Amino acid sequence: MSADVVVASGGLDCHLLSGCGFPAPGAEIFQFDAVFTFTIGSLQFNISKVTILLFLCVFLILGFFIYAFRRPKLVPRGAQNVGEMGYLFIRDGISRDIIGKDGDRFVPYLMSFFFLVWLSNFMGILPFAQIPVTSIFAIPVAFALIVYVTWVPLGVYSQGFGGYFKGMLFPPGVPKAMYVLLTPLEFLSNLIVRPATHAIRLFANMFAGHLLIATFSIAAFYLISASVIGILGSAASFTVAVALTGFEALIQFLQAYIFTLLTAVYISGALHQEH
Amino acid sequence: MSLLAEVTGSIGSIGYGLAAIGPGVGIGIIFGQGVQAIARQPEAYGVIRQNMILGFALAEALALIGFVAPFVFGV
Repeated sequence: MSADVVVASGGLDCHLLSGCGFPAPGAEIFQFDAVFTFTIGSLQFNISKVTILLFLCVFLILGFFIYAFRRPKLVPRGAQNVGEMGYLFIRDGISRDIIGKDGDRFVPYLMSFFFLVWLSNFMGILPFAQIPVTSIFAIPVAFALIVYVTWVPLGVYSQGFGGYFKGMLFPPGVPKAMYVLLTPLEFLSNLIVRPATHAIRLFANMFAGHLLIATFSIAAFYLISASVIGILGSAASFTVAVALTGFEALIQFLQAYIFTLLTAVYISGALHQEH
Repeated sequence: MSLLAEVTGSIGSIGYGLAAIGPGVGIGIIFGQGVQAIARQPEAYGVIRQNMILGFALAEALALIGFVAPFVFGV
């Protein structure tokens, strides 16, 4: 666990028998001070650890895929092999299944989201980084907004303004009187709840996972003391923290996959009229 | 006004506990039925797994909103 969390949790002297209560971590472990600041015009930019990690993720992904496909060969070798595996995973596993053949032009879009979200999640268990970039709410909100401003205009573009919103708000095959109830619900669930849950799902998973690892790490530290219960409890907490790190690795991949899968579902709904 | 009963302390935790009941049951049903479907038709594994994860994500969102709400609205 990074030093700033230990310090935030009550300092190095807080142990089981020294008479201080368990310093449970809260939302404050997600707040980072600015590493440096600069101003452009009247806007002040505070660059914190999370911002740096986000840019690092972006440049790592850009660098890797530019390197992998700089001189594509018919028989792929090395990095190109890995890049093509990633591409095929998104194309055959998500795009072709959900959108269909005409979804192939969205594969680069989905692929960018998948790898960016996965790598930003992965920062949570990377030693020295140890904060999932997506556990800062602004970042999943930005991702979800990009998806939102993609599929709404896409639906209008491919089905026409009237046709698209008629299909969305007045689903066919329903008794006329039901529209009084159904239309506001469809409006709420499609245009408001959908982007909100898209962002909250990613954020809350990473937030909860990081908080859980932090709780057990602090517990392992807090319980160290010259007593049987202290040593056993500390060892147990440490083991749970390590096991949770492995579990988090699974969740991080799963959440990146779910984020991309839902993006594909929304794009598919915008491209094809639902039957 | 006299109070007959009062809840103090970490009410957010109770709220999260309540919010997790429904999604817990829902996710259990989704994965239970999913595993059953895969056992009956192993060749449809890919499609079933994808829909399973999709349903899981939609049900899970409710629990996660319950988790975030105490942080947003204070204790």
